[in-house]
Amino acid sequence: MFRFITSRILQGIAVILAVLVITFALLKLSPSSPFNNERNVSADVRAAQNAYYGLDKPWPVQLWRHVSGFATFHFPPSYKLKGRNVGEIIAQAFPVSVSIGLPALLIALALGVPMGAMAALKPNTLEDRAATIVSTLGICMPSLVLGPLLALLFGLKLRWFNVSGWFDETDWVLPALTLGLIYSAYIARLTRGGLRETLAQEFIRTARAKGAGETAVVFRHAMKLACLPLLNFLGPAAAGLLTGSFVVENVFQIPGLGQHFVSSATNGDHPLAMGTAAFYALLIVAFNLLVDIVQAQLNPRIGLKT
Amino acid sequence: MSATSPISESPWQAAMRRLRSNQLAVGGGVFIVLLNILCWSAPLLSPYTQSQQDLALQASVPNAAHWMGTDALGRDIATRVLYGGRMSLLVGLAATGVALIIGVAYGGISGWIGGRTDAFLMRFVDVLYAFPFIVFVILLNVAVGEVVKHWLATQSWLTVEQANRWRGQAELLILFAAIGAVEWLTMARVVRAQVLALRNQEFITAARAYGARTPRLLLRHVLPNVIGPVIIYASLTVPGVMLLEATLSFLGLGIQPPSASWGTLIADGAREIESSPWMLIFPGTFFSLTLLALNFLGDGLRDALDPKSK
Repeated sequence: MFRFITSRILQGIAVILAVLVITFALLKLSPSSPFNNERNVSADVRAAQNAYYGLDKPWPVQLWRHVSGFATFHFPPSYKLKGRNVGEIIAQAFPVSVSIGLPALLIALALGVPMGAMAALKPNTLEDRAATIVSTLGICMPSLVLGPLLALLFGLKLRWFNVSGWFDETDWVLPALTLGLIYSAYIARLTRGGLRETLAQEFIRTARAKGAGETAVVFRHAMKLACLPLLNFLGPAAAGLLTGSFVVENVFQIPGLGQHFVSSATNGDHPLAMGTAAFYALLIVAFNLLVDIVQAQLNPRIGLKT
Repeated sequence: MSATSPISESPWQAAMRRLRSNQLAVGGGVFIVLLNILCWSAPLLSPYTQSQQDLALQASVPNAAHWMGTDALGRDIATRVLYGGRMSLLVGLAATGVALIIGVAYGGISGWIGGRTDAFLMRFVDVLYAFPFIVFVILLNVAVGEVVKHWLATQSWLTVEQANRWRGQAELLILFAAIGAVEWLTMARVVRAQVLALRNQEFITAARAYGARTPRLLLRHVLPNVIGPVIIYASLTVPGVMLLEATLSFLGLGIQPPSASWGTLIADGAREIESSPWMLIFPGTFFSLTLLALNFLGDGLRDALDPKSK
């Protein structure tokens, strides 16, 4: 177990390095310089700017500058958000995204798992149909549609919450509800699919034949295998939710992390693009490690593969 | 299973029979076929073109001349929904196809070979997974788009119109590839986990003991057990792909004007939700109904192909 975790942490560091290198390479593919679209300045001002950010150096030197900066927590300054470094920007935006992503995840699990389990345990009944239709509706409702509709209903008509902005204590509710409802649909589907598939297997029949009660069959025998597809989905989903959804942040005007992913990639803010990508990579690596450990505990056939 | 089922029918015939008896799946399939006919024959059905403006009726509520109203530029929303549907259906199908092919091949190979190869291949997936997909798609789109644009500009044998038309088509292909290149990762993980769990099961060992070689093992024993999860996940991928297209179009990075997709129409509507909710509601309804139909079809296919799960 200790060896497994150490080796996965080392691999995780390699993954984050690889993400930094690939992001850098993709950014450098674009032929235009990050400062080209700013207002016209004289050539020596431009040269001084390039020299300050190291853009006049050969690209391996630039890459090394960025990577060693991130590795030693000496975060490089942003090209576009002047006067702030990448670490400060992430430290400011991440808590906002978490305070939406965490409740969204809890809403999704609280709605999705019972709904999916109920549908799987009573196949082809009214409950199954109802749960399936509700979860299908959730999948069919993109956040682009659901967000504005919730804003229209709870913000403009009922006036329970602000339509947009990040000022009041309750401003997390509508974005979290939007994301939670959508993710609960996926979770319900995966729970239903996993549980139904598991309940059809031989070892469940054996457990029943041995006289195990329905509760024991479901919770002691079936659930362990049935939640594997759900677990595989939850790792990346949690990382995605915690780092913020661009669409929801845009619809509700939330100053979270999601906006920085898009703006840094489109406006050529190389340090911020690399920083946010590496931060996301860090969360993904951590959640995948967690999922693999839990998965191996649940199904010994899979085992701890380093 | 009905008592009248013939004794000698192939598994695929049995699956088709089960599929036909599932009303929701048949309904979903019929809806998708009708929708395709409707969208692709839009020029015959609509008296308007998708960019034609009716400046006397800007942002008007649904009426006799414009069944779904008009948008802020006086364009007929019904016509734009049909033309946009073509684009959305095309992106959904093409990008899912790309994701499916890459994901099944990659996940299958990784899970089957196992060991170090599996570890290496899955670390590569982890690296790509560890990319925020929106950054990946944007960077891929921008970088490849710039390269293609540059290449087309240097080809002197092309006329300017040809180069522009080719660039438009290349942008669409790059969009399919970029979305497919993001969406195959989960498919690969699902297939790999399934193959890995199957690989060590007794019936595979038994088949191998009887002398079955790898191609036979894969086709006869692994594939039938993998196809269920693949279809279940593919039916989850289509909405995912269409959603990604909508997200990109919302950012102005997907389908470019004057072309439209349901994604761009919904994005336009979302901005006018307070004054003109119909601009969101009509394309949104078409989009949601399509996803609903695709889901019913996918569920039906799953129940038909994997009767164990019944």
